Amino acid sequence: MDKKQIAGYDRRGFLIGGTAIAGAAAAGILLPSGAALAQQAKLKVGLMLPYTGTFAKLGVAITNGFKLAIEERGGKLGGRDIEYFTVDDESNPAKAPENTSKLVQRDKVDVVIGTVHSGVAMGMAKVIRESGTLWINPNAGADEVTGPLCAPNIFRTSFSNWQTTYGLGKVVKGKGHKNVVFITWKYGAGEQAMGGFKEGFEKEGGKLIKELFVPFPQVEFQALLTEIASIKPDAVVAFFAGGGAAKFLKDYQAAGLKGKIPLYGSGFLTDGVLDAVGDAAEGIETTLHYADGLGTKKDDAFRLAYAKTYKQQPDVYAMQGYDAGQLLAAGMEAVKGNVSDKVGMIKAMETAKIDSPRGAWTLSKAHNPVQDMYLRKVVGKENKVQGVAWKALADPARGCKA
Amino acid sequence: MDLAFFLIQLLNGLQYGLLLFLVASGLTLIFGIMGIINLAHGSFYMIGAYLAWSLSSMTGSLTAAILIAIPLTVVLGMGLERLLIQHLYKRDHLYQVLLTYGLILVFEELRSVIWGDDVHGVAVPALLSHSIPLTENLSYPVYRLAISGVCLLLAAGLYFLIQKTRLGMMIRAGASNREMVQSLGIDIKLIYTLVFALGIALAAFAGMINAPLSSVFPNMGGGVLIICFVVVVIGGIGSVKGALIASLVIGLAETFGQVLVPELAGMVVYFLMAVVLVWRPEGLFGGRS
Amino acid sequence: MRSFRFVDYLPFLLFAALALFPLVESTFYTQLLTKILIMAIFAMSLDLLIGYTGLVSFGHAAYFGLAGYALALMGPKYEAVSLWWSLPAAMGICAAFALVTGILILRTRGIYFIMVTLAFAQMLYFVFHDTKLGGGSDGIYIYEKPLMKLGDAVLIDLENLNHFFWLVLVLILLVYLFLRRILQSPFGKALVGIKVNEHRMRALGFPVFRYQLASFTLSGALAGMAGYLAAVQYGFVNPEILSWHQSGAVMMMVILGGMGTLYGPVIGAFAFVLLREFLSNDAWTGIFAKHWQLAMGVFIVLVALYLPRGLAGVLQRFGKKPLEEADDE
Repeated sequence: MDKKQIAGYDRRGFLIGGTAIAGAAAAGILLPSGAALAQQAKLKVGLMLPYTGTFAKLGVAITNGFKLAIEERGGKLGGRDIEYFTVDDESNPAKAPENTSKLVQRDKVDVVIGTVHSGVAMGMAKVIRESGTLWINPNAGADEVTGPLCAPNIFRTSFSNWQTTYGLGKVVKGKGHKNVVFITWKYGAGEQAMGGFKEGFEKEGGKLIKELFVPFPQVEFQALLTEIASIKPDAVVAFFAGGGAAKFLKDYQAAGLKGKIPLYGSGFLTDGVLDAVGDAAEGIETTLHYADGLGTKKDDAFRLAYAKTYKQQPDVYAMQGYDAGQLLAAGMEAVKGNVSDKVGMIKAMETAKIDSPRGAWTLSKAHNPVQDMYLRKVVGKENKVQGVAWKALADPARGCKA
Repeated sequence: MDLAFFLIQLLNGLQYGLLLFLVASGLTLIFGIMGIINLAHGSFYMIGAYLAWSLSSMTGSLTAAILIAIPLTVVLGMGLERLLIQHLYKRDHLYQVLLTYGLILVFEELRSVIWGDDVHGVAVPALLSHSIPLTENLSYPVYRLAISGVCLLLAAGLYFLIQKTRLGMMIRAGASNREMVQSLGIDIKLIYTLVFALGIALAAFAGMINAPLSSVFPNMGGGVLIICFVVVVIGGIGSVKGALIASLVIGLAETFGQVLVPELAGMVVYFLMAVVLVWRPEGLFGGRS
Repeated sequence: MRSFRFVDYLPFLLFAALALFPLVESTFYTQLLTKILIMAIFAMSLDLLIGYTGLVSFGHAAYFGLAGYALALMGPKYEAVSLWWSLPAAMGICAAFALVTGILILRTRGIYFIMVTLAFAQMLYFVFHDTKLGGGSDGIYIYEKPLMKLGDAVLIDLENLNHFFWLVLVLILLVYLFLRRILQSPFGKALVGIKVNEHRMRALGFPVFRYQLASFTLSGALAGMAGYLAAVQYGFVNPEILSWHQSGAVMMMVILGGMGTLYGPVIGAFAFVLLREFLSNDAWTGIFAKHWQLAMGVFIVLVALYLPRGLAGVLQRFGKKPLEEADDE
């Protein structure tokens, strides 16, 4: 079974290339004779991520990043081999509790890694809080996860929606814009990103004069772009991602607004879409916890290793998955692979300083990264770092009582 | 909202409506003439967009891509009709819903296997890539206007095809009485195959010419599908004229809904549909049901 | 006199076998089975419409989801409500919604009917997705499961997975018996008559519209029961539970199992959920697991083409044959 599983992953192409990985597979196959320590059974890691549908690409990137972090440690954490269990969550919140309990109750995993979609994360949180299983969330930014739903066993290695735009307020105000319009999809993540921006911007004395919503997941922006033109704000701030972001950027340019009314956004506006939008994104400034051209040793090494292993460049999602692996490693190494020492493991993870490609970060009390938010500018096909928009930004974790 | 912006929003609504018409027209033809409910219609919109992207990056020209892709989608439509759809003519709508629902899953996964899950952009043809200034800071992309023109031409073409040509006459006759037409020696099987292929090609063509505006991305057909259903129901099943008018109504409702009642924007069109159905259960221009 | 038919007793045999299940199996499979049974109630409610009344609803998830939200919004946030009134109330809300929408929807026929049911479901979807009413797109939790008390004693503890499973099992049996009773009554016969030939029934003086509306309302209420139970099971509701994919899935269950049989949808719910489990599990399907939806899609297409009467049709062929002659004199 174990053998088959590892071979299975190998075939799936998750782990193509890289000698370390071939070594890991061999280690897995040789395990029965190699592992002298009887109590060191494999660490069961459950990956609950979207492998089909709109977010399939993100799910794969996170998986790749996570596995890279593990392979860099010789395929072992705290001396234990890893056994993976995967569930395709389809980005469907309606199935989220069931899918989570598949990993938690059927497969009895030691730790769950997931997911991308905020609604799915909400469904996961319900089950995870009841079971007490360790959960590392490598993307979904719902503020609630490290807010009202926070718990000792819930960790996040990505961001809160609030975090991605709070620092942007200072940036936009700093550029001399006073009256600003925010546009996003009408859904949870968009509203929270808007909340973060509003708070940061109004603290600096700016005024959010209009909040514009497009029904999710529609991509017809023309009506609201016209509305923006008639309001004539000093600047526009947008929160969109993926296909919607690409279309918004192109429409913004085609409507002639680009260059007349400056556009800002959370980093997702310009991540993963630059090939698709041509020059429509050129010069747009965004904030995010990751950027191109950071030039740190850690980031360069990560990008090189990722590109070598998977034959493509990593993105912010791969980086978040990678850090999920690093955070888990920190916990596992502290307890020397003894996951039953959950208290010790949580303690070690809480206090870990993660040497991340994005720059070192630690966790807040609610287990959300306290991290630098970069100001980035689109130059060619890159989100080039311009500086730090906010040093060590911590999510306020409103409603977290743990 | 002053008059200038009101007029621009009007233009936005009409333009969006025309694009909806392009997708919905194929749907209403397949519905009305063949009595087939095709949930996979949005998938063909998506396939069209992906074909436009992959072929235009190969050939370097959107026009060339469209010229190559249209025959491909026609063949796809004919193949599907012969292979699957024709078994459903005498069956309850239920099975049509089911089969085409299955096809959505198939096409979406095939898209993932063949083209991956990335977002891609398609360049607007250079000739149409500029914009016309409307106000001091707003301009209107010429390509959008060009699409509207194409949609209007197609609407006229469809009207002509169905009302004025011999083929159209056979199609209309086949819709009202399949057996009768067959006994008159007309190859109704071939006509159905052609109608289905035409409907598919229209949806795919909508995806193709809209690709430079919308970009291409996974699941892009889903949202279009449902809204086109609403168009067809409001307009009356099988009525091209109804589809055109309903598309424009929906386009305007969505546009002004987002501006005037942002909280309820998602519901506006469905509410509109309920109102129309209370008033006229067969839609605005639907004769039979 | 009716003679013995294997298929008539199959449900009861299955019922007995299922009741023992939690005693031998782990929590996860008990939970999975509970979920399948809830979906089976949902599918049965749709079978009443599709299989017996001849109304193809493509928006049945609306009633399923509405009941879930009704439960979530009915009680105080951190206090358990009583099942005795909250279940009937949730079903009542669904019945009322079905009644009102039904009056509009039943003005249409055929393809229009399919589309209009879909559109009403979408409308409700956006109500919950776009407004703060039920937590928007992130969904809403039900922190405390409803209580089933008799006097002061807890009759059934819904926190206990096995107890909840047995409750669902009893409910599905009740729903099955109730629907069977209804369908054997003159009302049920009239429904089937309308399905076969609406005009004839109208000519015979049956108030067709009222019969259909009654069936539509009843079906909505039963879908509500399933939705209520689903919300209780995981304590979480999200707009996706009333999306059109959910409506498509339940329709698939009805047809896969065999419509117009009542027990067919139950078989369909089992087959559909288990097949998905199988296809998407990489321990079994290996590299194909990532593209499980492709296999699922092909399977659905094949069922539509070659299994119009579903698995129940196959079963009947085996189960009935030897007794067929005795049955038809």
